[in-house]
Amino acid sequence: MILVYIEVREGKVKKSSLEVLSEAKRRANELGQEVFAVLVGHGLESLAPKVSQYGAKKVIALDNPLLSSYSPSGYAHVLAGLCQELAPECIFFTATSMGKDLAPRLAAQLGVSLASDCIQTTVKDGNLEVKRPIYAGKAFATFRFKSSPIMATLRPNVFPLGTPVDGQGDAEKRDVAVPEDQVRDRVDEVLKEEGADLDVTEAEIIVAGGRGLKGSENFDMLRELTEILPHSAVGASRSAVDAGWIDHQHQVGQTGKTVSPNLYMAFGISGAIQHLAGMSSSKVIVAVNKDAEAPILKVADFGIVGDLFQVLPPLKEELKKVLSE
Amino acid sequence: MNIFVFVKRVPDTESKIRINHETNSIDEEGLKFVLNPYDEYAMEEALRIRESKGGKITVLSVGTEESTVVLKKCLAMGGDEAVLIKDDTPERYNGLRTAKIIAQAMKTKFTDYSLLLFGKQAVGADNAQVSVMVAALLGLPQVNVVTKLEIEGNMAVAYREIEGASEKVNAPLPVVISAQKGLNEPRYETLKGIMMAKRKEIPVLTLQDLGLDESSLVSQLELVKLESPPARQAGTVIEDEPETAAKRMVEFLHSEAKVV
Ligand SMILES: Cc1cc2nc3c(=O)[nH]c(=O)nc-3n(C[C@H](O)[C@H](O)[C@H](O)COP(=O)(O)OP(=O)(O)OC[C@H]3O[C@@H](n4cnc5c(N)ncnc54)[C@H](O)[C@@H]3O)c2cc1C
Ligand SMILES: Nc1ncnc2c1ncn2[C@@H]1O[C@H](COP(=O)(O)O)[C@@H](O)[C@H]1O
Repeated sequence: MILVYIEVREGKVKKSSLEVLSEAKRRANELGQEVFAVLVGHGLESLAPKVSQYGAKKVIALDNPLLSSYSPSGYAHVLAGLCQELAPECIFFTATSMGKDLAPRLAAQLGVSLASDCIQTTVKDGNLEVKRPIYAGKAFATFRFKSSPIMATLRPNVFPLGTPVDGQGDAEKRDVAVPEDQVRDRVDEVLKEEGADLDVTEAEIIVAGGRGLKGSENFDMLRELTEILPHSAVGASRSAVDAGWIDHQHQVGQTGKTVSPNLYMAFGISGAIQHLAGMSSSKVIVAVNKDAEAPILKVADFGIVGDLFQVLPPLKEELKKVLSE
Repeated sequence: MNIFVFVKRVPDTESKIRINHETNSIDEEGLKFVLNPYDEYAMEEALRIRESKGGKITVLSVGTEESTVVLKKCLAMGGDEAVLIKDDTPERYNGLRTAKIIAQAMKTKFTDYSLLLFGKQAVGADNAQVSVMVAALLGLPQVNVVTKLEIEGNMAVAYREIEGASEKVNAPLPVVISAQKGLNEPRYETLKGIMMAKRKEIPVLTLQDLGLDESSLVSQLELVKLESPPARQAGTVIEDEPETAAKRMVEFLHSEAKVV
């Protein structure tokens, strides 16, 4: 059985968890296995039908009021209990900030190695293999597993969502015990960042700016584009972040976030090796740069040599036109 | 307060990565190695905490003799002690091995600690696992990817970065914290620090000293293949009047790439 951890934020199932579930279902079909999904929290059982639409034979909601806000040790504790009981062959997480926090904790408790941030899963000779970027995407490593359970986190925005089908599985709520000393790292408060509805790792389109933007106020020009482009977010180079023009949450690159959106738009970004490492796996890249020799233009599918301040206004108008069609 | 900082020697982020297909490993020749950038934030945070609360900073690294260089850097920044845990086994992208070694060291050799500081990720292997795994193995609370940290009495108040927000956690000491960019601005080593670090002995512990043998450290992960990323096809680059150029870009996005 493949067990998929389903992340819930603000009462909603994370899309990237459903991507993982869809991927798990595809591999399970090849391996002749079943997929179970697990939710952790309090009062989440109502989300089960949505989850089972993506192929979970059974959706288990581990429930305790102490789990109503996230704590890595508490969540790992109850998941470890479930894993010991069900003995899944594979355990998959989404590589979001929660998945990356929780999966290693569970892995260590179960005493197994973990493959982080995988971008591909395949079945070869009846065994599961995963591929993951290393050196921020400057190389890819493929792994086999010598024993079960196999544990991996899968990168968001990489695996296609399956087609939802109603009424596929059962739901089960389980009340679980959580010792007080297992929730010492419980989240007290979530502080939302102003205007950041979508994180760059989750966005389908990233509109990114670099030192060429010349100041924080000009990032508004990029924000205007994200207002008209669906599922988009503002990204930035490290230089723009270090200059204090935008929060480091938006930084893309080797010491920022690794992203693979459908579209990456780079304005006034030179394309240093550390920046390219974080965004080269974007499906489509376009760039505007006044320097014809800028490395970003070598990886762009479409590049404009020109002044971003002159290109941005007509670009916005043209985008508006095609989006309103 | 006893503070421990865990640091790793990693290839400089500028590095071009070449693969040796015969040995199925990264070709290290010509690579420049540095202190992992995230560990610099961890180190700086330790120094700031010692400055305000007092205490002692011990820096630990698991790796080959060559890791002494990054330990020396941490001593030069102001660390009190450094210890090398010698492990000559080549990197195989398995965070659990390192975490088990570190946890065992803490259980057997350094039992008195309040704060364990890590980087959120070692660039290169990009596992982002070791801090959390150590927390699990020692049964400690953890706050991972931290951009702000305050120590108040016996509590750590930490803010950790998540998608579009941050989570505030109050956790009792001892606690495992991993540092994210934004936590602080690491200082440079001073000349005096460098001179002192030069003279300082760095004790070496072996896996045997920790009572560990290879059988307890086997990885479930087997590396089958290393490959370079597919090269991106060169695209169209145009130079034109802004209006025309913008129009052509949008045409490309809409009709050809079909992403808008
Ligand atoms: C340890 C380490 C980690 C790093 N990690 C990262 C990382 O995660 N992410 C990252 O991005 N960088 C990272 N860097 C920094 C990286 O090396 C570069 O310095 C940085 O990416 C450059 O940012 P930039 O492209 O915005 O600025 P620049 O390199 O200065 O480029 C600005 C570009 O804007 C263009 N431009 C200027 N004006 C205009 C205009 N009016 N119209 C159009 N174009 C214009 C210029 O031609 C130029 O190409 C890291 C560096 C180190 C040492
Ligand atoms: N070999 C090592 N020795 C000491 N600390 C390490 C080592 N490897 C990783 N770490 C610590 O764990 C953090 C996360 O590393 P990783 O899980 O490998 O991405 C690093 O930033 C270091 O603080």
